[in-house]
Amino acid sequence: MLLDKALNSDTNLLEVDNLQVAFHTPDGTVTAVNNLNFTLGQGETLGIVGESGSGKSQTAFALMGLLAKNGNIQGEARFEGDNILSLSDKAMNRIRSKDIAMIFQDPMTSLNPYMKVGEQLIEVLTLHKGMKKAEAFEASVKMLDAVKMPEARKRMAMYPHEFSGGMRQRVMIAMALLCQPKLLIADEPTTALDVTVQAQILTLLNELKSDFNTSIIMITHDLGVVAGLCDKVLVMYAGQTMEYGTAEDIFYHPTHPYTQGLLKAIPRLDSDSGLLATIPGNPPNLLNLPAGCPFEARCEFARAQCLTQAPRLDTFASGQRAACHKPTEGWAV
Amino acid sequence: MITNKDNVQAVEQFAQEVVDIEGRSLWQDARRRFFSNHAAVVSLIVLGLITAIALLGPLFSQWQYDDIDWEALSDISVLGRPSLENGHYFGTDTLGRDIFVRTMQGGQISLLVGVLGSIVAIVIGTLYGATSGYIGGRVDSVMMRFLEILNSFPFMFFVIILMTLFGRQIFLIFVAIGAISWLDMARIVRGQTLSLKNKEYIEAAYACGVSTPKIILRHIVPNVLGIVVVYATLLVPNMILLESFISFLGLGVQEPMTSWGALISEGAQNMEIAIWQLAWPLGFLVVTLFCFNFLGDGLRDALDPKDR
Amino acid sequence: MLTFILKRILEAIPTLLVLITVSFFLMHSAPGSPFSGERTLPPEVLANINAKYHLDEPVINQFFYYLGGLLQGDLGPSFRYKDFTINELIAQSFPVSAEIGLWSFLVALVIGVGCGVIAALRQNSWVDYSVMAVANLGIVLPNFVLAPLCILVFSIYNQWLPPGGWNGGAWPYLVMPVIAMSTSYIAQIARITRGSMIETMHSNFIRTAKAKGLPKHRIIFKHALRPAMLPVISYLGPAFVGIITGSVIVDVYFGTGGIGQHFINGALNRDYSMVMGVTILVGTLTILFNAVVDVLYALIDPKIRY
Repeated sequence: MLLDKALNSDTNLLEVDNLQVAFHTPDGTVTAVNNLNFTLGQGETLGIVGESGSGKSQTAFALMGLLAKNGNIQGEARFEGDNILSLSDKAMNRIRSKDIAMIFQDPMTSLNPYMKVGEQLIEVLTLHKGMKKAEAFEASVKMLDAVKMPEARKRMAMYPHEFSGGMRQRVMIAMALLCQPKLLIADEPTTALDVTVQAQILTLLNELKSDFNTSIIMITHDLGVVAGLCDKVLVMYAGQTMEYGTAEDIFYHPTHPYTQGLLKAIPRLDSDSGLLATIPGNPPNLLNLPAGCPFEARCEFARAQCLTQAPRLDTFASGQRAACHKPTEGWAV
Repeated sequence: MITNKDNVQAVEQFAQEVVDIEGRSLWQDARRRFFSNHAAVVSLIVLGLITAIALLGPLFSQWQYDDIDWEALSDISVLGRPSLENGHYFGTDTLGRDIFVRTMQGGQISLLVGVLGSIVAIVIGTLYGATSGYIGGRVDSVMMRFLEILNSFPFMFFVIILMTLFGRQIFLIFVAIGAISWLDMARIVRGQTLSLKNKEYIEAAYACGVSTPKIILRHIVPNVLGIVVVYATLLVPNMILLESFISFLGLGVQEPMTSWGALISEGAQNMEIAIWQLAWPLGFLVVTLFCFNFLGDGLRDALDPKDR
Repeated sequence: MLTFILKRILEAIPTLLVLITVSFFLMHSAPGSPFSGERTLPPEVLANINAKYHLDEPVINQFFYYLGGLLQGDLGPSFRYKDFTINELIAQSFPVSAEIGLWSFLVALVIGVGCGVIAALRQNSWVDYSVMAVANLGIVLPNFVLAPLCILVFSIYNQWLPPGGWNGGAWPYLVMPVIAMSTSYIAQIARITRGSMIETMHSNFIRTAKAKGLPKHRIIFKHALRPAMLPVISYLGPAFVGIITGSVIVDVYFGTGGIGQHFINGALNRDYSMVMGVTILVGTLTILFNAVVDVLYALIDPKIRY
């Protein structure tokens, strides 16, 4: 636990132990998240990075208790010491939004189109804080102001379809922060938005993070987003941890070939060649995972061992961890 | 210019191939999903059986559908009961006619009328919808306005007026009914067409000067077939029900020919003396409609997996 | 909203005109005349009658006579019930049909939506399967079968309810017509509600509501029910028309004396003005109801603004 100790002196807010999420489908069991471990301290930001289908969103849904009905969770997630994965729906409802809040990927569809925005904000406060309607209204307006929503008071009476995508995401963020949760899970909060709006939302999250001292789990496929926001990074592939370390480690000393590939694939304006680096191939079928390293088929350093034997998640002296048979070769990059 | 004849043909062939490739995998997938739906498969088998019995059943009976069994007629409530001995497997009606053969013969009419009406409705609806959606613009809005006007007609009343017009020519009636029940079909196909219209292969065909009717027939229609099939399975039972309703009102098939609706109507009048006269045709009708419903649900789930 | 309603009414006028024209000419192109069946009439009397009703004139002239009368609110005399005007007959029978229809409509809506929501929330449980099995049965059992079965069970095997009649709409006379009429609509509405409720419960905004920690009943009633009702509301138009049509069956079986009976008799006896009168009435109601449905839709869905 070197990495975790290095980052936090105090107790961790969230400790995830051997989290496994599986879905039973007619075609077989899909293991979306496999043996995931990480910790998050007060005020820290963790970035979970991976391609689509790597299990990063399912991790978030598992923590919120929002998995689809055929989902099956194993492992533990201790939030302030309690395992939230074993809580009843009722007990979980007391934590949702109050202590752990979530922002979703698609702001266009995540707000109820048939309710006024104000109503959707107010109900969070009347429910969790027991506020009166008028009081909750004022608090909601204040929160909309805090997320830089112009003319917040007027907008309370509007419907979501009268807002742009960026504005809706601001509403979602305001909604998530209303109860000042200790943990905010942001599932690709900027993916569906224009680039300029993306930047605004990220700046906003950064400011809110320091204002409210909220811990954040930032789920994204965009390493650029991670670079600007996160203290530590977890790289996922095919439901498994490939590499886990501080943001500095991951960006300056990536050891796993997959992480290196992701870093190379970030488009750069200062790059000499006009070609964009890509990782050839596609992620493996989760229904039928290979026996060895899941990344083997796409890895340029793959050798015989990788095909048959799954690599362990090894810890380096710095606390950085990687699941690769020959990670040291990557240090040269 | 690339619009010389060879090019047009080549592109058309290409577009067709794209359609085929997409179509094949879609249909294969759908078939797999369909066959894993037990209710739908059983329904399909039962429907096949009912059709077979309706067609072949009369061959295995000593009675004709208009024969009168004078012996049974003397005491219907006793001698007219279903029995294997006197050959009236399902019993007789109050006129001494064999219910088994009449139910089969009625089934032929009911099924035929249902299918016929549906085919007419589907052909008109598909072409109307595809044309309206593909051409778009003013034509589309005029065609849709026309649809709206038709839609506000009280449909069943219209049918009854048609009945008085066509008298008892049941098939003609159903061509006519089909001709006015294509409205939903047209709307659905139009919606599909609108989304197909921007697909690359359609644009490619258009860019190479393939004529509009040809694009609609060769490229749009094959791609909306899935939804058409689903709708058809829901339309057939409606048609059968409609025929029953009309026959029930005494406006349907001409005696001594019969249909399930007509049999049910007669049976309902005599249900106190001879409940079997109602029970058999009603059972067949209900089972058939049930099967069509399950079949339609199964096909919809198979072709449109979004719902699951 | 008011301008929208006004617009809908104005739009209805040409539609109605088309309806009147088409049904009039269809009706008159059918062979036979209202009095051709009455063979006892001497030819000169028949000629007299025909002249009185303008039946000896070209159809186009008859059409304009009819339109003229219609503009003054006169649906013409009945050819069959010779002492009555169509207005009188409709005024007498429409309230009966309206009462049965309204009750059936309410029953179908309340039970249908209730069953659909319950089935959706217990998706793939035995509750869901049994509700849907019953609903499927309701859809395939035609009302002209249900009506005699009701009589068999409630009036013949058990003398619980009167087998027919109206008696000013006392409730024992109302029960069977309402059952016969509403069953298939209960079933349809339950199916539609179930489908749209399941879809809504899977939508992203419901996931948001869950993430907010809202209790289940609040998610269902406050967040899910409104959008889930939209497909049901669009079905109400056709359902309404179907219920009016269903009154034909109810009138035949239970002898309630609604407009359905008049329509069928009118069609069978070439009572032109009766058929036209009922068609116009039903057409107007259909158009009116479709407009009401549109307004309801707009009230529920904030994205639609007129």
